[in-house]
Amino acid sequence: MKTVSKFNDAVQDFIFNPDALAPTFPESAITKPFPFNAYYDLDDAPEIDADDWKLEVRGLVDNKKSWTLPELYKLPQVSQITRHICVEGWSAIGSWTGTPLRDFLKLIGADTRAKYVWFQCADKDGYNSPLDMRSALHPQTQMTFKYANEILPRAYGFPMKIRVPTKLGFKNPKYVISMEVTNDYKGGYWEDQGYNSFSGS
Amino acid sequence: MSSLTVTDEQVAAAPAKMIQPAWVRLMHWVNALAMILMILSGWQIYNASPLFGFSFPREYTLGGWLGGGLLWHFAAMWLLMINGLAYVITGLATGRFRKKLLPITPMGVLHDVRAALTFKLGHDDLTVYNYVQRLLYAGIIVVGVLIVLSGLSMWKPVQLYYLVMLFGDYPTARYVHFFCMAAICAFLVIHVLLALLVPKSLRAMIIGR
Repeated sequence: MKTVSKFNDAVQDFIFNPDALAPTFPESAITKPFPFNAYYDLDDAPEIDADDWKLEVRGLVDNKKSWTLPELYKLPQVSQITRHICVEGWSAIGSWTGTPLRDFLKLIGADTRAKYVWFQCADKDGYNSPLDMRSALHPQTQMTFKYANEILPRAYGFPMKIRVPTKLGFKNPKYVISMEVTNDYKGGYWEDQGYNSFSGS
Repeated sequence: MSSLTVTDEQVAAAPAKMIQPAWVRLMHWVNALAMILMILSGWQIYNASPLFGFSFPREYTLGGWLGGGLLWHFAAMWLLMINGLAYVITGLATGRFRKKLLPITPMGVLHDVRAALTFKLGHDDLTVYNYVQRLLYAGIIVVGVLIVLSGLSMWKPVQLYYLVMLFGDYPTARYVHFFCMAAICAFLVIHVLLALLVPKSLRAMIIGR
């Protein structure tokens, strides 16, 4: 069964069109309230102090400096209203604003021939997830700082989530604390438990 | 009625006549296995986020949990799709669909439904499908195509966006997928019941005669 899942990763990588955009929606289509969803209750969601938080950058990049939130907020941002699809089957339309990940990867001099960008998060028990480089470079893949034009609330991943509208929800990590550009497959919280690793939309 | 008489005579003249060719039998049973795997793993996936106010009993689901159900579902889908595609292509190319399933006329269906309900529908010649069989078998092929297309829409809603458009949007594709499953389950109940009521039809699907 794991072998078939690996085969399905390859099939999905093959049919992935880096130029195919996830459909976008008008503001009137936004799901209200947008659901909070995690493997823990909202009360157990990370409470991150913005002043202490830094985004750590590791791996195959030229500039490994850590980024504070004010520094990240200065980067150009774009908005998207897209459908978030959960591995469970439900979906919800939300509005996310932030910096395209590909712009940031360029800025830090990431080796974009590497296979993955691996994210680590502050969720309890340690959440992490690998993102294949082609999806990381997709124009709609975003380092998200705002939901519905407001600073990202705790429920949705303050201070930063990675919004990937071409992936299932669990491949959209919240409360991100570091990213590593790497050729190694480092696994992920759900991926290791059996969810298909590519899980593309 | 006269045509029925003729076929009866043909059967009598050649009692060992092949009713179900080998490719039909093989693909039928592969499909049966794939469908059961898809339905039981699909119920597991449904239970993770039910569309309606009920869940399927755990003991009738496959995979143990959502992740396991998904692994089964996305493995068995290849069996279902490859076998189904081969079946549709062979059915069209050999003319079997045309010969066996057509024509389907409203009058014919009405007549045979009435006959079936009064237990007057004969099954003397298993090589000829009555109108109820034709409607159900043709209908279930259409449902089979729909459940694969709606499933692919949900699996790859961005890459296969044109398929999603066919159903309207992602949530609608989910409902279509569910109702196709319900239709297949209903078909399965009737189909198995009738096969048991006419055991020689079951025998024909196993040994061909």
